[in-house]
Amino acid sequence: MTRGTRIDGIAAGRLDEQQYTQNFGDLYAPLDRHEAQVASDRCYFCYDAPCVTACPTSIDIPLFIRQIATDTPEAAAKTIFDQNILGGMCARVCPTEQLCEEACVREAAEGKPVQIGLLQRYASDTVMAQGKHPFSRAAPTGKTVAVVGAGPAGLSAAHRLALHGHEVVLYDAKPKPGGLNEYGIAAYKTPDDFAQKEVDWLMQIGGITFRHEQKLGAQMTLDGLADAHDAVFLSIGLGGVNALGLADDGLDNVVDAVRFIETLRQSEKSSVPIGRNVVVIGGGMTAVDAAVQSRLLGAENVSIVYRRGQDRMSASAKEQDHARHEGVRLICNAQPVAVHADGVDFEYTADGPDGLTGTGEVFRLAADQVFVAIGQTLGEVGLDLDGRKIAVTGPGRTSRAGVWAGGDCAAGGEDLTVTAVAEGRDAAEDIHATLMNGA
Amino acid sequence: MADLSIDFAGIKSPNPFWLASAPPTDKEYNVRRAFEAGWGGVVWKTLGLDPHIVNVNGPRYGAIYGADRRLLGLNNIELITDRPLQTNLEEIKAVKRDWPDRAMVVSLMVPCEEWAWKQILPLVEDTGADGVELNFGCPHGMSERGMGSAVGQVPEYIEMVTRWVKQNTRMPCIVKLTPNITDVRQPAEAAYRGGADAVSLINTINSITSVNLDLFAPEPTIDGKGAHGGYCGPAVKPIALNMVAEIARNTETADLPISGIGGITTWRDAAEFIALGAGSVQVCTAAMTYGFKIVEEMKSGLSQWMDEKGHTSIAAISGRAVPNCSDWKNLNLNYVAKAKINQDLCISCGRCFAACEDTSHQAIGMSADRTFTVIDEECVACNLCVNVCPVEDCITMEAMAPGSVDPRTGKVVEEGFADWTTHPNNPAAVAAE
Repeated sequence: MTRGTRIDGIAAGRLDEQQYTQNFGDLYAPLDRHEAQVASDRCYFCYDAPCVTACPTSIDIPLFIRQIATDTPEAAAKTIFDQNILGGMCARVCPTEQLCEEACVREAAEGKPVQIGLLQRYASDTVMAQGKHPFSRAAPTGKTVAVVGAGPAGLSAAHRLALHGHEVVLYDAKPKPGGLNEYGIAAYKTPDDFAQKEVDWLMQIGGITFRHEQKLGAQMTLDGLADAHDAVFLSIGLGGVNALGLADDGLDNVVDAVRFIETLRQSEKSSVPIGRNVVVIGGGMTAVDAAVQSRLLGAENVSIVYRRGQDRMSASAKEQDHARHEGVRLICNAQPVAVHADGVDFEYTADGPDGLTGTGEVFRLAADQVFVAIGQTLGEVGLDLDGRKIAVTGPGRTSRAGVWAGGDCAAGGEDLTVTAVAEGRDAAEDIHATLMNGA
Repeated sequence: MADLSIDFAGIKSPNPFWLASAPPTDKEYNVRRAFEAGWGGVVWKTLGLDPHIVNVNGPRYGAIYGADRRLLGLNNIELITDRPLQTNLEEIKAVKRDWPDRAMVVSLMVPCEEWAWKQILPLVEDTGADGVELNFGCPHGMSERGMGSAVGQVPEYIEMVTRWVKQNTRMPCIVKLTPNITDVRQPAEAAYRGGADAVSLINTINSITSVNLDLFAPEPTIDGKGAHGGYCGPAVKPIALNMVAEIARNTETADLPISGIGGITTWRDAAEFIALGAGSVQVCTAAMTYGFKIVEEMKSGLSQWMDEKGHTSIAAISGRAVPNCSDWKNLNLNYVAKAKINQDLCISCGRCFAACEDTSHQAIGMSADRTFTVIDEECVACNLCVNVCPVEDCITMEAMAPGSVDPRTGKVVEEGFADWTTHPNNPAAVAAE
């Protein structure tokens, strides 16, 4: 690290250009052809394979790996995209260690699963690099569908609807499509503008019109969308963020982690200011992404503080290990009690029968910046809710006829890219069936 | 420490590992390196009469790969030595002079006329070589000219040429056999009748390694065309083992020494050939894949195994498996086994289930939680589940004790021996006396 890491306070350009490039390059190098052949040979082609069961999009993993092994990555990619049109992004961001690779029988046997994620990336990248889109649209149906939110769920739904011949208008509140793929995922997981390249590739299906900076409740209403289209699919994610709810929450140095990650994704890394001492509050993937990227920007001391035990953290063990490897300190069982301009006071907690209680032991962590990553919230949508999300039955049907929902805004399923893709796909199939059987 | 030295048909060498007649033994430089590396002997690449032959100027080899480009099979269209006879003879003499304790066998291939053999044999004898090997096996190129496997496929020619050789030299004569024949016992018997001191086998198998699907041409491809080559390497070992055993079991050739060849890559491969009757082994593809150094593993491995088992010499283990090579009709039909799956080792991949359910006897059950169990009422002990299981020793074949009832047939497992020759379903069965 350069001297820049020892500059007090919040500063941009702590590193030299070469370090930024290195830090925000590909986290895991892609497999080349030979490596892919060797990796694919490890697959046992299991019967009724556990990895397929573990995949939210049910990709036929043994089949696509065998197609790689026989030197037809294009056929492998088609197998992947048939189930998951964002197979390229999922290959990069899926917590495979909790999904397919955890279920892999070689994980059970040797603790070394088949590298399913990297193999999926090899196949999908091969086809995307060729610029080929292995799907063609059915004849126009004359139906139009509004898809609100161009994140993973929305893109997946839009593609499947367009494939079936429907006209899709894809709305998003942001200037660019992609949702969390574009604005929310750590930069080192998807370098080289992959999110936009993937959207461009996906759009080759045709029949999808993108309309940017159209926010539900601002530029348009659900009633208006329902009137103008034959069906509406909501995939608006969780736009709001939870606040700490402390007296000093309004301090300038307290920043929403989602906003920080978004800024980082859309900026030259050297222009993003970062504190010498950074504290991240939360226990999920957003907390890890914020903390790791703080280190990569040159922060000297970065801690993640989570109020419950480590086993309750929603960030996977692999993500936690990655954070530790990047020099992030993990502190569990501590909750914030006061925020100051130069630090945060935490109280240790105990998780007992009465829920989480403070133990009375307080400590202070120095902090030039505090990133808050304690969950996101859904705004007002005018639909029945299940908990704090849109209530759905079956493949994304909401309480209002003609309106479906999927992805993070809808109840059920984990908040994962791959889950959102599955929900978008399945809702699209249900919309298609409804539109074609109905009037 | 086990004694690895051998006396093979009068040819002595400090260990049984010889390099087969092939590119690794083509010239002095290679053979000196081989002896320095520790090989017990070499069979010098086949000599012919001048003018020397020529080779193609394009690819000579093609390969079959397993995982991670592990070479499993090699095909070649190289011919015999393409250097002048005198050059080879001088080099053989020089190497043998410097390495008197190593076996120096010279492979020969000249036309099927006695004068040709009378001409070349004294020249070889003059080098001080320990023996000759008659190349009746090479299946490509030379066979088109009436030599190599074209001779090896006609037992009468084998006998005739072998007799000429024995009449014209004092050197031990090894006849190298081709596997491109239906019954390998017949050429071996012919060599024996002709007076051969030993046979060596197998030479390479007629093969096309692969087809280039852009050119629609066999590989290796020379300017758009390909000719069949000779196949060797680990892939051919089971074929070679069987042919060695066939000759070793044959009472007509029971005392004919055998030099085993065919895919020998490790000490264990060598030990298997020796157990089936080989007195020496010859290696080529493994050396061409990994270099001469592999002989160190072969020697240390064979020596360790022999020490562990109390075997003191190669002669003591040679042919030990031959009495257990049986005809199918003499296998014990009263022996009943069942597959057994060790649930602690099982990783639930389900390959045994897919194999048994789709292609065998529906004798493996699968539960909702992916527990796989053998259904004894259906299991015929075919062993396919064992073969496809990726975990060693996870599935085993367990013999049923005599007196117990086989749930598949409902019959009591009999204690005694009963084979097909006495089975009631055999129309030619001999009634028990």
